[in-house]
Amino acid sequence: MQAQANIIAQWHDVCHVDDLVTNSGVCALIGDVQVAIFSVQLDGEENLYVISNWDPIGEANVLYRGIVGTLTDKIVVASPLYKEHYDLASGTCLERDDISVNTYPVRVDHDRVLIEL
Amino acid sequence: MGFFLPLKKVDEMNISSRQQRIVIIGNGMVGHHFVEQLINSEHNCHITVLSGESRLAYDRVYLSSYFSGKTAADLALTDEQTYQDWGVNAVTNAWVTDIDREKQVVTTKSGETYEYDTLVLATGSYPFVPPIPGNDQEHCLVYRTIEDLEAISASAAQSKVGVVVGGGLLGLEAANALKQAGLDTHVVEFAPQLMAVQLDPMGGELLKDKIEALGVQVHTQKATECIEAGETCRYRMKFSDGTHLETDLVLFSAGIRPSDQLARQFGLVIGERGGIVIDNQCKTSDENVYAIGECALWDKKIYGLVAPGYAMARAAVADIIGNEGEFAGFDMSTKLKLMGVEVGSIGDAHGRTPGALSYTYHNQPEGVYKKLVVDANKSLVLGAVLIGDTSDYDTLLQYALNSIALPDSPESLILPSSGEKPLLGADALGDTATICSCHNVSKGDIVGAIDGGCCSVGDVKSSTKAATGCGGCAALLKNVVDSELEKRGVEVSKAICEHFDYSRQELYHLIQVGKIQSFEELLEKHGKGLGCDICKPAAGSIFASVWNDYILAKQHQPLQDTNDTYLGNMQKDGTYSIVPRVAGGEITPDKLILLGDVAKRYNLYTKITGGQRIDLFGARVDQLPAIWEELVAGGFETGHAYAKALRTVKSCVGSTWCRYGVQDSVGQAIDLENRYKGLRAPHKIKFAVSGCTRECAEAQGKDIGVIATENGWNLYVCGNGGMKPRHADLFATDLDDATLVKYIDRVLMFYTKTADRLQRTSVWMENLEGGLEYLKSVVIDDSLGICAELEAQMQHIADSYQCEWKTTIESPEALKRFRQFVNSDESDSNIQFVTEREQIRPATKAEKFSAGKAIPVELV
Repeated sequence: MQAQANIIAQWHDVCHVDDLVTNSGVCALIGDVQVAIFSVQLDGEENLYVISNWDPIGEANVLYRGIVGTLTDKIVVASPLYKEHYDLASGTCLERDDISVNTYPVRVDHDRVLIEL
Repeated sequence: MGFFLPLKKVDEMNISSRQQRIVIIGNGMVGHHFVEQLINSEHNCHITVLSGESRLAYDRVYLSSYFSGKTAADLALTDEQTYQDWGVNAVTNAWVTDIDREKQVVTTKSGETYEYDTLVLATGSYPFVPPIPGNDQEHCLVYRTIEDLEAISASAAQSKVGVVVGGGLLGLEAANALKQAGLDTHVVEFAPQLMAVQLDPMGGELLKDKIEALGVQVHTQKATECIEAGETCRYRMKFSDGTHLETDLVLFSAGIRPSDQLARQFGLVIGERGGIVIDNQCKTSDENVYAIGECALWDKKIYGLVAPGYAMARAAVADIIGNEGEFAGFDMSTKLKLMGVEVGSIGDAHGRTPGALSYTYHNQPEGVYKKLVVDANKSLVLGAVLIGDTSDYDTLLQYALNSIALPDSPESLILPSSGEKPLLGADALGDTATICSCHNVSKGDIVGAIDGGCCSVGDVKSSTKAATGCGGCAALLKNVVDSELEKRGVEVSKAICEHFDYSRQELYHLIQVGKIQSFEELLEKHGKGLGCDICKPAAGSIFASVWNDYILAKQHQPLQDTNDTYLGNMQKDGTYSIVPRVAGGEITPDKLILLGDVAKRYNLYTKITGGQRIDLFGARVDQLPAIWEELVAGGFETGHAYAKALRTVKSCVGSTWCRYGVQDSVGQAIDLENRYKGLRAPHKIKFAVSGCTRECAEAQGKDIGVIATENGWNLYVCGNGGMKPRHADLFATDLDDATLVKYIDRVLMFYTKTADRLQRTSVWMENLEGGLEYLKSVVIDDSLGICAELEAQMQHIADSYQCEWKTTIESPEALKRFRQFVNSDESDSNIQFVTEREQIRPATKAEKFSAGKAIPVELV
């Protein structure tokens, strides 16, 4: 189920910024890849993070439904299945060295959310 | 016998000549503890264990649990692998036949020989069988080893009646075993009372009443003359007073005798009435031989409990490795549960010390008896007897062991709490005070551990092992640790997580008093960072408990766990299950048909829950609103199965239909469920209502249990099933409907305000200082003056109830969350089902890849 990095990455127009939920996640389908998009409010600014929606431990497409927060200095999402934390910036799993999820570049252009995949 | 082959064992071990060779005969609990202590000391030695039994050390203290389903493996204290890892040569079935003290060699029955520098005898004891004619028949047994238990088990299977000879501590344990094996059980005791060593006559009498109430017949002052063939049973026991008792099985538990044959045979000094004489270092008359445990005689005393045996093992190890330490006698105070009856005995329970005075408290209706024995000056505790309630045991023991000066009215220590019972502060204890007697940890050891860097009870436990034995000292340990940390200026952290320096209870207070309505406001005023998956749901739950807003309102929605966010229970594949409310378990045929119809059309797996409801599994997130639209239209409401909230009120059918019912339990259950539905709490809450004392609704296993009586309702609180079952406590009796609701309002709201996050009522009660009596004083006597507030708050919750699903399907904004993708109407291709027993179940990984078999979900 893991998304393989395409040889030629390109930007995809995914949704309007109003589709996002502040301090929470939504999910988008790009080709056959599910991505979780998180909008995190930090010092009054919305920061976007995109990771794979696949929970490699729970083995289900659910990461967008996790609770967003901080652990020490990292912005993380907690898997809704077994509560492992994933660093939204790097995709690494805080509880398991051997596990990480893909992360994807994201930007906003004229209120549209664009993801590179 | 006894002439040596070349000492091949020694070669085999390939040990250096410098290593001290230590041979231990016996691998009971004490022998094993000795090995453990020696290994921990990292002393340079080679250890050989010779066990006469076929298995290594096991827990004899919990032997009777063998009858409640524990296996030999469950009772094991060690295994061959552990001993191997420690480098210990452990030999089972090694019955020692010869000790050559001059050449320092022991020989076993099979002819193996073992040289030693130091020999340790831990041969234990054997059960004393009174010399009664007929005591050697097939079904006359003893209670000591797992083999004995197997024999008892086999005999019990062919028996209906069983008699235990001996009404001491072990005898009553044995009686419990027979009772658990399903026998009609009797105890025959020579003395005029039970547990004559530990209890005074009054205590013995009350214990007898309680045990008889549990169905075990007790016969005191009976001397058995002979055991002969019976008429209605296998045997007849004839007593000296001319009476008799028929039984199929006789179990002797009339005390122990030290297993000192080896020592006797090979010339060690033995006491007049048996036992290997030892000094304070546990050395026998041979300076290379130690004896520990029940085979040893110290100061003319044999100690028949495991804790003093452990203390001897530690003293012997200390001497062997050249440390200081001695065995200086042992306090034989005990606290235990015999067939569920709490019994405690401390020190001079009989008041035999010259000039001793006593205080007694006897509550006949509740079956509680307490006696406190003090010295002539009323300044020191000499002893105590506690029957039916041992909650004062730990405090009294500390007074007794550490000679702590008594308060002005010593009786206050045993009188029922009126809120003023002086609590023994940690500071009252000296450094030598024993906190944990199982592992011999003193207050000084704990202070040392804290000085060494331990910062919490958990740290201290793993560093000192305190409170890891029987656990009886856990509360005292916490007291000492908290007090020591405070002295060092360490604030004992009750912080819920790294974002708030407050406990849940404090956050609740801050939110309520500060009228805080959102997480952002709470963070800004009292926290730091962005929050996390610990504090966000906790705050979300508190907002719901205090303000009872719609939980998916914009400011609350990101706080909720996924189950609350999607108002369903997430399953392993990311689908949700749906549980509509079926108050009291009462449902019309039309509603059942609607559930069936919806389940069928959406192809949902259907199962009856333990809470008398119906669970529909396998709904995708995007299907939930349509399904609920149909359910709400058909008159269903959300069941909160996904929430830390009231779940169900289970009921039996009650007086309306049942021949035995005395009240309308279904009606009561429906009323209670409708009053408390939607109440969000620190954890889930379950109720049940039974229509009579037959208790078919199992109310005593619930957070709130209500049982009908002729005169009204009995209220039980803080029960639990699940992982750690707890019987609910009887809180109040014969209540009318209004008082019942009033008390439940207060109990639940007090719990909601004060419990930790994810703390069930059972654990909350266990941790509530003052326990049940305190809760009664708060709820019934309004000792805190908060009852009006608690009731008003519950009324607010009830008045502001809304069905979250009804609100959700009416809100286009909220419905936006119920889609898998923001940019596509497709569904999650990973969710696939196969058919099993005519219903769907999630496809396994392998099934998903064999495309032919899996049926991808179809849109309805």
